[in-house]
Amino acid sequence: MERISKGAKFYLAFVMIILYAPIFFLIFYSFNSGDSMVNFESFTLDHYKAVFEDDRLLIILINTIIVALLSALFSTIIGTLGAIGIASMRNRKLRNTMLSMNNVLIVSPDVIIGASFLILFTMVGIKLGFTSVLLGHIAFSIPIVVIMVLPKLQEMNNSLIDAARDLGASKRDILTRVIIPYIKPGIFAGFFMALTYSLDDFAVTFFVTGNGFSTLSVEIYSMARAGVSLTVNAISGLVFFVTIILVLGYHFISIRKTKVGVRK
Amino acid sequence: MKNKGSVFSLIPYYAWIILFVIAPILLVGYYSLLDLDGNFTFANYKQFFTSVYLKMTLSSFWYAFLITVFSLLISYPAAYLITRLKHKNLWLILIIIPSWINLLLKTYAFIGIFGNKGPINAFFEKIGLGNQQILFTDFSFIFVSVYIFIPFMILPIFNSLDKLNPALMDAAKDLGASRITTFRRVIIPMTMNGIKAGIQAVFIPALSLFMITRLIAGNKVITLGTAIEQQFLVTQNWGMGSTIAVFLIIIMFIIMFLTGSKEKGDAQYGKNK
Repeated sequence: MERISKGAKFYLAFVMIILYAPIFFLIFYSFNSGDSMVNFESFTLDHYKAVFEDDRLLIILINTIIVALLSALFSTIIGTLGAIGIASMRNRKLRNTMLSMNNVLIVSPDVIIGASFLILFTMVGIKLGFTSVLLGHIAFSIPIVVIMVLPKLQEMNNSLIDAARDLGASKRDILTRVIIPYIKPGIFAGFFMALTYSLDDFAVTFFVTGNGFSTLSVEIYSMARAGVSLTVNAISGLVFFVTIILVLGYHFISIRKTKVGVRK
Repeated sequence: MKNKGSVFSLIPYYAWIILFVIAPILLVGYYSLLDLDGNFTFANYKQFFTSVYLKMTLSSFWYAFLITVFSLLISYPAAYLITRLKHKNLWLILIIIPSWINLLLKTYAFIGIFGNKGPINAFFEKIGLGNQQILFTDFSFIFVSVYIFIPFMILPIFNSLDKLNPALMDAAKDLGASRITTFRRVIIPMTMNGIKAGIQAVFIPALSLFMITRLIAGNKVITLGTAIEQQFLVTQNWGMGSTIAVFLIIIMFIIMFLTGSKEKGDAQYGKNK
């Protein structure tokens, strides 16, 4: 591998700084005792305290987490079963059609998903609020789970299943004791992606949430529209912290998984 | 792979496809043919083809184009350099982490950074440029969008570059190709799928962003997404909103078709692992 030049290193460093500067800028001012992102007066944790003392904000935070966990759980179950179904299709054309259908929601802009779900929920008569948001999140997370699980299924050797069948395993045994353990890393990755999709979503939630229910993204949007509030900065500090923990956790688990799970 | 799953386990997945993939698209199409009172009409389409909406569509395209081009120009070299680094996977994670921070928070940061008394303006004043209005301009909209999309562009390009067999580069060199020729004739064509995936991941969302336009560009920039949000949630004219959505969906399919990669090519060039 050739060494990269100084200029190249400088360029990469520049990109990195651009990527991180806004985030650190936000976090830096979250410790400002003033009330704007202009002059740093003195260090304080008041804005963090304000987040934890604001019941409304805490409820929104809990809502966000509940929606994320539930939607990740349901979409992982449905998506994994869907992926197994797609992988088992023998008709190539049908399989490709299913895959394109699957990917529609991944490439669709959020606004389209949000607007069309709003029409759907209104027509079916689902009250806008927790249920509609949860259903929406499950719906847009399913395809990403399928995408994460499918490669694992495709790399799986079919003779494993044949062997299991020859040894007398029932269909159910094959699913729970052969297929699922093998594709576990994919399922895990799918769950994690679904979780981050849900936590990150703004546009779809913004469309399908009613008056009484809000998630963190929607709340941040309305706070930011009202003007600068250092509470938002404190929230970003917390979000960044949690994200780093999640990323590191995911990274280490997947490293351990691949180390334990090397079969080749 | 036969008999991997029973028919019953697939029911939820099929239900999802029918309810949340097919039905919503049909419903949007249906609503685009309704006026405010729910009567059948083509008026929305007629209205879309007036200069106001066509201009908006064109300008939305232009912004999305600029955003995609700038993201690509910044991301390709960055992705290329990362593949040459020793701890490339760690670097990749560092690039991806910002994309996991909530979009709204990142956008919100620029309200402070580009603000009248923000650090950029402080810098301008120091070097004698004086106070500039940065927020609520085209520039700030494009800058923030590019900022947000860079990781999404780097990721697919990195993946395709990473799959590239280094022997090909060596071969090109041995056969007398200059570095630029190698780049232009070998590296770019072979990472085309990554570039296309990146363009797809940036261009379509760039057409439909609405929170960035609202927060950063004031109401100066109106994208297709902003218009849809406006019609659905502010004006409450779902018919017109759906009509714009229909066109956005059509554009989306065209872009997917243009940037769609053939399955085979991807596997062929892949490094055998």
